Amino acid sequence: MRNKARVSAEDCAACGCCVKVCPRAAITVPHGVCAVVDADRCVGCGKCVRECPASIISLEAAEA
Amino acid sequence: MKRERRWYDRMWIVSLTYLALGFFNILFAWLGLLCFFIPLIISAVRGNKAYCSKYCGRGQLFGLLGGSLGLSRKRNMPRWMRSKYFRYGFLIFFLVMFGVMLWNTYLVFAGARPLGQSVKLLWTLRLPWRWAYHGTLLSDGVAQFAFGFYSVMLTSTVLGLITMLLFKPRSWCVYCPMGTMTQLICKVKCDPVTEKSAESGHNQDKENERTCD
Ligand code: SF4
Ligand code: SF4
Ligand code: SF4
Repeated sequence: MRNKARVSAEDCAACGCCVKVCPRAAITVPHGVCAVVDADRCVGCGKCVRECPASIISLEAAEA
Repeated sequence: MKRERRWYDRMWIVSLTYLALGFFNILFAWLGLLCFFIPLIISAVRGNKAYCSKYCGRGQLFGLLGGSLGLSRKRNMPRWMRSKYFRYGFLIFFLVMFGVMLWNTYLVFAGARPLGQSVKLLWTLRLPWRWAYHGTLLSDGVAQFAFGFYSVMLTSTVLGLITMLLFKPRSWCVYCPMGTMTQLICKVKCDPVTEKSAESGHNQDKENERTCD
């Protein structure tokens, strides 16, 4: 069991701040709409969580 | 594991230079149109926000000041400031004020008004800016637009700096009118995918999503 980042998409500004800081390139903003986490790549480091100016990313335990 | 530096990671220097040039000759303000049209063109043609996540120097500048230099309190923004209503409301306000600026420029072009050699900060404070104006070979309207546009850029920088200090480094990006506009364009461009990815923010249709970067 490991923590994974999760974006609550509703208020995502698609600003890409999270994309910039992710060391694993696990987070992208497909089609410029909202950020999406690739759970296979995410190591749950929490960098994006701290960076997101809208504070809408959280770390959640993922079953895997 | 650190991301390698790319040429565009230095775009903040361009932003800083732009702001500095406005102190010497206001006509340089015209260059700011680039950071108006480039993001719009990227979002309209490519349908993504590469401008924000890669090239935008202003975002990088706030990121550096607040992050690396540690000037930011790194607190959450108040909830209302992060809401859609505020973001779209600010966009509308911004566009209206932009329209007013264009109208004033037109009046000067048309000769109905003399050139105002000042920069308006936060839409109200009139700062004398005479020293940066050395005349233009073209119409006075050209200079008026430069003053107006520089006012817009300076105002947004000041707002961005304030929210950088108070909240997270790149708080400006949440309500940045350019960011909101390009996101809107992207949303319109890919409606079906919006529905899907907007639901969860997780990676169900990875293939689909990976194509767009
Ligand atoms: S930093 Fe936050 S608001 Fe910006 S794209 Fe990432 S999740 Fe969305
Ligand atoms: S938690 Fe770390 S690895 Fe996962 S998406 Fe955020 S920055 Fe990337
Ligand atoms: S949201 Fe605005 S300031 Fe932030 S990266 Fe995008 S265009 Fe630049």
